[in-house]
Amino acid sequence: MSGNRAPLVEVIGLSRRYALPGGRNLQALDNVSLSVAPGEILGIVGESGCGKSTLARIVMALDRPTSGNVLLEGDDLFALSPRELARRRRNFQMIFQDPYGSLDPRMSVARIIAEPLRLLPERLSRAEKAKRVAAMLEDVGLRAEDGARFPHEFSGGQRQRIAIARALITRPKLVVADEATSALDLTVQAQILRLLRDLRARHGLTMLFISHNLGVIEEIADRVGVMQAGRLLEIGPTAAVMENPREEYTRRLLAAEPTLDFLEQPA
Amino acid sequence: MSLLAVNNLTITFRNRRSTAETAVVKAVSFSLEAGETLGIVGESGSGKSMLSLAIMGLLPGDARLSGSIRLGGQEVVGASDRALDALRGREAGMIFQEPMTALNPAMTVGAQIAEGLCLRGGLSRADANAEALALMEQVRLPEARRRFASYPHEMSGGQRQRVGIAIALALKPRLLIADEPTTALDVTVQKDILDILDELVRERAMALILISHDLGVIARSAARTLVMYRGDMMEDGPTVQVLRQPQSDYTRQLIAALPRRSRRSLEGAAP
Repeated sequence: MSGNRAPLVEVIGLSRRYALPGGRNLQALDNVSLSVAPGEILGIVGESGCGKSTLARIVMALDRPTSGNVLLEGDDLFALSPRELARRRRNFQMIFQDPYGSLDPRMSVARIIAEPLRLLPERLSRAEKAKRVAAMLEDVGLRAEDGARFPHEFSGGQRQRIAIARALITRPKLVVADEATSALDLTVQAQILRLLRDLRARHGLTMLFISHNLGVIEEIADRVGVMQAGRLLEIGPTAAVMENPREEYTRRLLAAEPTLDFLEQPA
Repeated sequence: MSLLAVNNLTITFRNRRSTAETAVVKAVSFSLEAGETLGIVGESGSGKSMLSLAIMGLLPGDARLSGSIRLGGQEVVGASDRALDALRGREAGMIFQEPMTALNPAMTVGAQIAEGLCLRGGLSRADANAEALALMEQVRLPEARRRFASYPHEMSGGQRQRVGIAIALALKPRLLIADEPTTALDVTVQKDILDILDELVRERAMALILISHDLGVIARSAARTLVMYRGDMMEDGPTVQVLRQPQSDYTRQLIAALPRRSRRSLEGAAP
């Protein structure tokens, strides 16, 4: 996927150090470089503390690196003026793990989804906003009428659909998903993965998809990067990394995940 | 006589705003023998956690039970608090998904493991401490002696879960209920915890109820599996059979929802 087209996102030598109490430092990201091509879904997998969420936050410009750059369509995010950065926010949006905590319970679903529309350069009429929200709701498998309801009226999977609708309403070029299916039941997780694949096919989404779950990554990602202790250990086409991991750590991760292979003994 | 026999168990809650009742567990029956591991699988709202709390006599006061739960020959449904106190810990112990919330943050882990041994096991402080240390070694806590005086917040999630297991084991229960014991843990840590549970079943001839949403975890550890959906028991049988020849549509849906990676071996070699 990452062939001849210019990358949409380039992460170059990204490091992030946090000061801990007692004068020690935590190297959350250690010289990470990668790129995401337009239309590509890049998975990032690793265990807690590997730096995958720090990477997501910095790519979203929610945190600043200690050193290194993030280029979005060639422009350095951290060289932009705050005003210019705010203007570009419509181009990159995020989906979080917890569909309960990430939606304001006092806002109607339509208002929640319409919220990022304020990032658009043009001012939309109320009717135009309503039209876009209704279309977006249907795009994520909800009904246009659901806009009048409130988050607590929806199940976890439906709430994650609402969060996806909010992330996509500005037609962002990049969507960063941080453990977007991890809080969901298995059958709901499968539905949300199917939805993301459908949306990608229809709209050509580019995604940075962060997960601790190798099975989920294999379902959705074209390429995968494996992280440990702030470093990107290896990156490559998903099937290649899963079938022929180069790194010992990747092999350990693959071996630790329980699969149904334990059923091999005859009944 | 089975170690645990659940017969036609129904658990209902009265709705807050009306007189209607909601059944969260509906007419469930199964039994469990010593040395056996039963996996209970289901999604949110399946009733799997309510079922385990009922066995421990830990349901909230507004829950209504009918049917029977016999644990070590004694009836749990309708038992007095005093009778339940005698059962908990000795007949059945429990570990939870998030060990941090189950542990006392202001007490060293050694003291927490020794507490039950003193108060309920009748051991002297010195004997209880020695036994607590032995338990910490048994759940393979690294540097158990040094860890004895640690507080929960000084430990990793996997270490805390080992402490949770040590506490549950202190009074040598014949049944251990593990409710999503590895869901909050990394996969490499999960493997260690499941190894410890498997070993306990083997070495102590303990019975284990392993509750999980993860079929991979169930397939790894449980020879028998019970599938629940919205309070109903969908099926109960040997894990191999439940996964290879599921009897209910819901089990089929659950298997179909697995990532390909986890499902692959099912499709590969059908018997």
